[in-house]
Amino acid sequence: MTYQVEVKDLSVSYDGENVLKNINFNVDGGKLIGIIGPNGAGKSTLMKAVLDLIHRDHGEVLIDGKPMKDVRKKVAYVPQRAAIDWDFPITVQKTVQLGTYPQVGIFRRPGRSEKQWALECLQKVGMDQFAKRQIGELSGGQQQRVFLARALAQKANIFFLDEPFVGIDVTSEALIIGILKELRDAGNSVFVVHHDLTKVEDYFDELLLLNKELITSGPVERVMQPESLKTAYQSQYGLWDTLGVTI
Amino acid sequence: MDFISDIQNYVFLQKALFTSIMVGIICGVIGCFIILRGMALMGDAISHAVLPGIAVSYMLGINYLYGAVFTGLLTSVGIGFISQNSRVKNDSSIGIVFSSFFALGIILIAKAKSTIDLTSILFGNVLSVRSSDMWMTLVIGTIVLLVVILFYKELLVSTFDPTFAASYGLPNRLIHYVLMILLTLVTVASLQTVGVILVVAMLITPASTAYLLTNRLSVMIVLSAAFGAFSAIVGLYFSFEHNLSSGAVIVLVTTVLFLIAFVFSPKQGIFWRYVRIRKNRNGATIRKKESFE
Ligand SMILES: Nc1ncnc2c1ncn2[C@@H]1O[C@H](COP(=O)(O)OP(=O)(O)O)[C@@H](O)[C@H]1O
Ligand SMILES: [Mg+2]
Repeated sequence: MTYQVEVKDLSVSYDGENVLKNINFNVDGGKLIGIIGPNGAGKSTLMKAVLDLIHRDHGEVLIDGKPMKDVRKKVAYVPQRAAIDWDFPITVQKTVQLGTYPQVGIFRRPGRSEKQWALECLQKVGMDQFAKRQIGELSGGQQQRVFLARALAQKANIFFLDEPFVGIDVTSEALIIGILKELRDAGNSVFVVHHDLTKVEDYFDELLLLNKELITSGPVERVMQPESLKTAYQSQYGLWDTLGVTI
Repeated sequence: MDFISDIQNYVFLQKALFTSIMVGIICGVIGCFIILRGMALMGDAISHAVLPGIAVSYMLGINYLYGAVFTGLLTSVGIGFISQNSRVKNDSSIGIVFSSFFALGIILIAKAKSTIDLTSILFGNVLSVRSSDMWMTLVIGTIVLLVVILFYKELLVSTFDPTFAASYGLPNRLIHYVLMILLTLVTVASLQTVGVILVVAMLITPASTAYLLTNRLSVMIVLSAAFGAFSAIVGLYFSFEHNLSSGAVIVLVTTVLFLIAFVFSPKQGIFWRYVRIRKNRNGATIRKKESFE
């Protein structure tokens, strides 16, 4: 297994309105990949469509040549923080333990080894001292670390994180990117939705630049060209242009 | 106490007590999932929508459970269908569907001209519980508790984080409809204790009380069931001693428990919040004084 991800001719629409149009890409395994683009570009939608969480109009997603439903246990997904009910009666430790459920399977309860593993994953993100806290009683960065720990608990090989760096502290951000790079170095594929362009050179190996369509993809230097960025961020740059600002 | 010796002497009172406790427990358990999924309104809808099902069952001479489950499910499917296939918001489609079913039920019950008494379905009449009703409640209670225990993990994940659940292949939609079936069963079991109109209170009030008191779903479920059962016992006692409507009294007991938790819950209660604010403020003034000196 190399955890190569191939997307062929993918289109998605909500209520008849096209949100993603004919997306094609093919990423080799063992890479840390940034999905970038302006707000509403369809980054989250792309992630959900690849994960088979929403209906696609047409198109195909293949992981090492296999459809998603055959490789679900190899895949971990960390949703946008806004998508979580932070008042839910659940502790940090239990949240991480949810990551073991796919392996535990139906009718069985997580046992001692699963609980131990969940604690180890919490240690990896430096959150073990908060194990008994309710998940709402954490800072944004801590919450994000807990959900990364849950993804680690899944023992997956392909990781999808939606905007993990939004609204979090620098320590958490450094810790998270460190872990993601470790995962990559161990041969896993890591996809990260990101909308801040400043750090992409430090963070990612490859980029997918998105705005409804895939504008460009490939190594970071090649994607971070003014021309393609201008196409993707058209509306914002258009405003700056009219204000007489040149980039 | 008179009540205890009455229970020992009267079989109808034993049946009433047993059924009410069972109803308190299962409403408390299912109610936790209902409130955490933000489906309180759905609970109210389904409880009202069983009415035409009961009427039709009487007309056909079958057990009213079948008709009730049928219209209960039809309601939840109908609500989903309208909100998914139009721009009508979910709470509006709930309102449209359940009030139509309820209206239809009122007419059908009048037409059925049978022994069913609309008032006792609407408000319950726990002292008229027959043995067959009691057994049905027991069977329903066993089914509900078994499903929740066996699928606890799956119910937890799909309630807390449905997207994560779907990402590893859990059938969220199926889980939703299983919950709707359980909800209908619980409603039917509650008919005689609290009646159609007040079932929703048994579903959401004890669960909300428990929600204020704990950070763990398992503890919340146990507390909620305990509050439901406790309210049933105390409510039955008062309604029997003072000849009041049992459903109404039981519901008011759940409300009293809720108010106590609302005020005194260690983490969420407004009383402790007030004390903490006072303390912080005093602390702040003391510190200010120190800095002056
Ligand atoms: N559930 C939904 N129903 C309808 N439209 C949606 C839904 N989710 C997203 N959209 C729309 O699809 C577009 C892409 O959204 P999204 O994938 O969330 O963008 P991004 O993550 O890049 O900000 C947006 O215009 C958004 O309004
Ligand atoms: Mg997004």
